[in-house]
Amino acid sequence: MDCRSTCGPRNDGLWGRGMSGSALSLHRPFKDRSFGLVRKFLRMNWLFVICVCALAGVGYVALYSAAGGATTPYANSQLIRFCTGLLMMFAIAMVDIRLIAKTSWFAYAVGIVLLVVVMKFGHTGLGAKRWISLGGVEIQPSELMKLFLVLALAAYFHKASYERIGNVFFLIPAIVAIMIPVGLILKEPNLGTAVITAAIGCTVMLGAGVRWWKFAIVIVMIAIAAPVLYHHLHDYQRARIITFMNPGSDPLGAGYNIIQSKIALGSGGWNGQGFLHGTQNQLNFLPEKQTDFVFTIIAEEFGFVGSAATLVLLFSIVAIALYTALRSEHQYGRLVALGIATNFFLYCFVNLSMVMGLIPVGGVPLPLISYGGSALTAVMLGFGVLMSVHVHRDAEFAVDEF
Amino acid sequence: MGLKRDNKKQPGFTRRALMIGTAQAAIFGAIGARLYGLQVEEHSKYALMATHNSISERLTAPARGLITDRFGTVLAGNQQHWRALFMAAQAPDPVAVLDNFSKLVPLSDEERARITADLGSRPGYIPVLLKDYLQWPDMAALEVNTPDLPGVIVEVGTSRVYPFGAPFAHAVGYVARPDVAEAKANNVLALPGMRVGRSGVEAANDDVLRGSPGYVQTETNVHGEVVRQVAHDNGIPGQTVALGIDAGLQNLAVQALGAQSGAVVMLDALTGEVLAMVSNPGFDPALFDKGVPAEVWKAWMADPMHPLQNKAIAGLFAPGSTFKPTVALAAMKKGTLTADKILTCTGSFQLGDHVFWCDNHEAHGSINVTTALQVSCDVFFYQVALGVGVDDIADMANTLGIGTDLQLDIPHASPGLVPTIDWAAARGIHWAPGNTVVQGIGQGYTQVTPLALATMIARVATGVEVGPHLARRVGGALQDGSSIGDWPDLDVDDRHLAVIRQALFEVVNTPSGTAYNSRLDLPNVQMAGKTGTAQVHNNTAAEKQKNFNDATMAWADRPNGLFVGFAPFDAPRYAVAVIVEHGLFGAQVAAPIAKQLMTYALTNDPAGRDTPLSTKVSDAGTPS
Repeated sequence: MDCRSTCGPRNDGLWGRGMSGSALSLHRPFKDRSFGLVRKFLRMNWLFVICVCALAGVGYVALYSAAGGATTPYANSQLIRFCTGLLMMFAIAMVDIRLIAKTSWFAYAVGIVLLVVVMKFGHTGLGAKRWISLGGVEIQPSELMKLFLVLALAAYFHKASYERIGNVFFLIPAIVAIMIPVGLILKEPNLGTAVITAAIGCTVMLGAGVRWWKFAIVIVMIAIAAPVLYHHLHDYQRARIITFMNPGSDPLGAGYNIIQSKIALGSGGWNGQGFLHGTQNQLNFLPEKQTDFVFTIIAEEFGFVGSAATLVLLFSIVAIALYTALRSEHQYGRLVALGIATNFFLYCFVNLSMVMGLIPVGGVPLPLISYGGSALTAVMLGFGVLMSVHVHRDAEFAVDEF
Repeated sequence: MGLKRDNKKQPGFTRRALMIGTAQAAIFGAIGARLYGLQVEEHSKYALMATHNSISERLTAPARGLITDRFGTVLAGNQQHWRALFMAAQAPDPVAVLDNFSKLVPLSDEERARITADLGSRPGYIPVLLKDYLQWPDMAALEVNTPDLPGVIVEVGTSRVYPFGAPFAHAVGYVARPDVAEAKANNVLALPGMRVGRSGVEAANDDVLRGSPGYVQTETNVHGEVVRQVAHDNGIPGQTVALGIDAGLQNLAVQALGAQSGAVVMLDALTGEVLAMVSNPGFDPALFDKGVPAEVWKAWMADPMHPLQNKAIAGLFAPGSTFKPTVALAAMKKGTLTADKILTCTGSFQLGDHVFWCDNHEAHGSINVTTALQVSCDVFFYQVALGVGVDDIADMANTLGIGTDLQLDIPHASPGLVPTIDWAAARGIHWAPGNTVVQGIGQGYTQVTPLALATMIARVATGVEVGPHLARRVGGALQDGSSIGDWPDLDVDDRHLAVIRQALFEVVNTPSGTAYNSRLDLPNVQMAGKTGTAQVHNNTAAEKQKNFNDATMAWADRPNGLFVGFAPFDAPRYAVAVIVEHGLFGAQVAAPIAKQLMTYALTNDPAGRDTPLSTKVSDAGTPS
């Protein structure tokens, strides 16, 4: 584990043990530190790691089936990505949460720069500029931005007293920090991710103690502004919203997928049609089923038993993340864990609702299960930070730390 | 320096986090419940759809919208024929099916290559066309061999038909199969039977004519044979586009032009609606639907009369004397000409060392603008043009609709050209006064379309700035610009217009007028107009000596005959422009055609009507 370069001397005063702030500058012997690393590693929430690996296993099985019973082209390459992501998660879990807290705003700035870069030089996919290539790896900055926004907001509210949070003017920088990435993502244009990003930002503010009625006011204001904004949208964006409201109007697009998706879910029954025997899946009635519609493969071939089990696993991730938030003894960790839990929850909610035809929106994968690298990387990065919160749950922040 | 465990914030956070967590758990619960409903309670419904697989969905092409004339006569419709389609997803071995198929219905190598390419590039719910226009023996053979042909569907398709053919080919346009790029960009266009409008109204209104596709859900057994149809939706057929054209008038115009190359545009002078738009000769637009045979294409390309070009909107001609009203109005606006101003014609006009002749070298004497228009004196207008200048002439021409984009609602219309000093300077042309002189009689650089001439005469006749347009109703809804009052007043002095209208009246209705022979034979109604005979190039001295009065000149060297006119004189409603290419004199070839059309129009009065005059309103169906 390459901790020496990333952690630095501040790593040392980790467990507090009643040391004063000056202890942070003490240099401990190398041996002691390595012992700390092993302890830290063992301090991770292993139930969580098991759940993550179990979901990746479900994904492997589904992708194996999506390829008609073959490890290529999906299953094996996704497994390699997951293993890489897992190592990354472990590495980040070892990083002191206070160091992460200190780099929060820097990460936020990097995220904003990437969003601007994607706007100028990004690849166009499905009518929107979302992707950029960094050193051969395709990344979707809007996915990373959701995490970075959580970190930045948590850093902002970490030191805020209850009285300050009640002050409307104190909230303005936080609102601006949410609005900038949301606006940039809207420009891509990616309506779905923009709404999700805004929702995550609001949840963190809610966790920080912002009053419920303030959200009510914002929601009313949005309801009033929506018709005006609608007027300024591109024609195809309006078409997408109209399709959103009435999927039957587009039999070729969302409508077709939803019909086929529902047939796949419904034909699964209690026990499913059996591994590699789902007709909808094996006969290619669903385009791109290995990505956004991967859940239909599980549901068709393993029935309600399989899909409900997957649902339980997905919720376990959310629940453990929320548990991490409750266990954390510092506000930063609480807010970060809450934000990451909400991010994962929204992924699942939007994807599953789409697959069941409850909301006809596209482009949101089922995390850990769908084929594709960008969302997986972003999610595993977030889990790394979550584990760091868990490992460093009783870390003490200096009053003037940041 | 102190360390802080901010536990004091914890109780509030815990409460909120638990609430958020509870909400998320509830949503997960709701998703699970819905999943239970779909997978367990509604299982039998979806299982039926999926057994043996089962339900396959196939998109079907919508019927293309009709194009009709203003009275509902179909100008572009659909005809049914049988065709064979292929759903590869229903065939265990698509290649074997294709082999079996081609044993029954021969497929050429090109067809086979196209089918293979289509199979590779299209999603499973879009069938691939195997063979169009099946004959009865083919269908019988396919029917008998159904078990060897899983996934092959024989069904009714439609092709585009144009009941009148060539007379409407330019205005209505034609459709063709979408090209590979279009089919790739829009799945709907990949459907067999879909067509894309390529010219005329078919192209301009392609989106409303196209409609939305339907679908057929069929249940197939393991062998790919269709067991039954589960559901179907016919889609939304394209909307009907009713044009302002009167088919009777259009056919009459084609008849009147006969074998001559030329164009006719007739407008409702109060609304700008096109009542007739003819470019002669025409072509068979239905050929584009199936694919134009190479020899036909070569013949079109070699024809000196350019049958594919829509001369009515893209043919560029020197306006000749039909330009004189514009020059007169420009001069009156500038004040260099009044109704009473007398100029002298001695039969020729000298500028520097160059002599410009009047028609026939005839000396018209001292005359005013009314007489000058009536007898079409060139020398009068040489002097007027020189006085007003080329830029002011161009301004007035643009006001009247010449040399400007008229925003016609079908593509490929040309704005034509009216030169200005700036235009000449930009092209390095030295603009000499002599250029302005010939501008006065509509020669030189000026080029107009018949559409622009018709617009000009309509605007002069009514004083309303009408814009020409073809579509009258789309899906039954009257289009903007089709009602009287939809257009603004023309920015030209009414008194000036009155002078010109009176002169144009005399052209047709006084014995010395150039179009007297084409005056109307109807009681109490008169036509006003202006003839034109325009040189097509700089004629040689020998040709000038003959003053073009020689039909032995090569066809392509003869002047174009033009006529613009409007009627009734006292309450203008119809405006017409006729050009007969290389037809010699406008008065002899173009004005009689205008007379024929005006007589028809004034008798049947189609303007502003959705049902023919002879039909009682109670008998007429609803306009479509």
